[in-house]
Amino acid sequence: MSSVHGPAGHGGAAHPPLAHHFETLEQQRQSTSLGMWVFLVTEIMFFGGLFAVYVVYRNMFHEAFDVASHHLNVRLGGINTAVLIASSFTMAMAVRGAQMGKRGATAAFLVLTMLLGFTFLGIKAVEYRHKFEERLFPGPGFQFQTHATADLAAGGGRGGGSHHAPSGVSPHTEVVDPRHARIFFSIYFAMTGLHALHMVVGAGLLAWLLKPTLAGRFGPAYHDPVECVGLYWHFVDIVWIFLFPLLYLIGRH
Amino acid sequence: MSESAAHVVPLRTYVLILTILMALTATTIWVAFQDYGPLNNVIALTIAVTKMTLVILFFMHVRYATRLTWLVVVAGVVWLIFLIGILMSDYFSRGWLGVPGK
Repeated sequence: MSSVHGPAGHGGAAHPPLAHHFETLEQQRQSTSLGMWVFLVTEIMFFGGLFAVYVVYRNMFHEAFDVASHHLNVRLGGINTAVLIASSFTMAMAVRGAQMGKRGATAAFLVLTMLLGFTFLGIKAVEYRHKFEERLFPGPGFQFQTHATADLAAGGGRGGGSHHAPSGVSPHTEVVDPRHARIFFSIYFAMTGLHALHMVVGAGLLAWLLKPTLAGRFGPAYHDPVECVGLYWHFVDIVWIFLFPLLYLIGRH
Repeated sequence: MSESAAHVVPLRTYVLILTILMALTATTIWVAFQDYGPLNNVIALTIAVTKMTLVILFFMHVRYATRLTWLVVVAGVVWLIFLIGILMSDYFSRGWLGVPGK
């Protein structure tokens, strides 16, 4: 642990977790969480692109999105929202345990967070299976039976080439084109799928934290890995906080 | 090294935030089944942004973080607003001039 540029007061020898390019553990901790936040900003822009796609198409095909949204299960989606918020709470408690050096409590909350994460993924899998059975996956077998107020035959559309026009036509007279509903389900599977992938990665990170936690590596001075995984987990929770109302709750009234 | 210990958020605060987040979730579901016209979207997004803010400030400790962290977080959100705002200004204004091939 020889330091070439560290001035007096360097704590490297006394605190093995302190990397040689930091002067204090506090500086290291602040830099670590700042770095994690910079990564999360790239994630904001990553998901942001998909949210932008959603905003554009929802404005284009407003009616179709409202009708397609009815095929999602609000009950399961709502339960999953509660499960994810609860997991964010247990994650915060795990970080808190690590900050206070309580290895048993930290490990227990990490496992609890992981279990809630798997509960979310399990419910999501059930929802996906229903969508496949209803042939709503935007693949070759996609079939969408419109039950709009007008109840006009599926595939009517608004005629050749005009589907790029914003939906300025008054609602209720508009025909829901299955192709537009298909766009909704493409966005649904892309965004919730990407979100679920993040959950799987998060569960892996939680498992990775268990060994050092039980070994007593984390305490008031050093708990950066737990803090960073916590930031990541909460970010994934925030993405769902937006996905739930935007996908499940539109056009319900 | 007492000065280097991180700020530990009181348990009460976490429980309070959890309760508010759950209540807001129930509210947003309830509101979705009422008909407030275009306000439905506004209410849903306001609730989502409120929930996001609570998670960022308390669960993610930004309330207790350095100013530099604040700056990065706010910059991220501002850039997202740029992305969606400028994109939508394009899509909304496209039909205004009647340019062929729009």
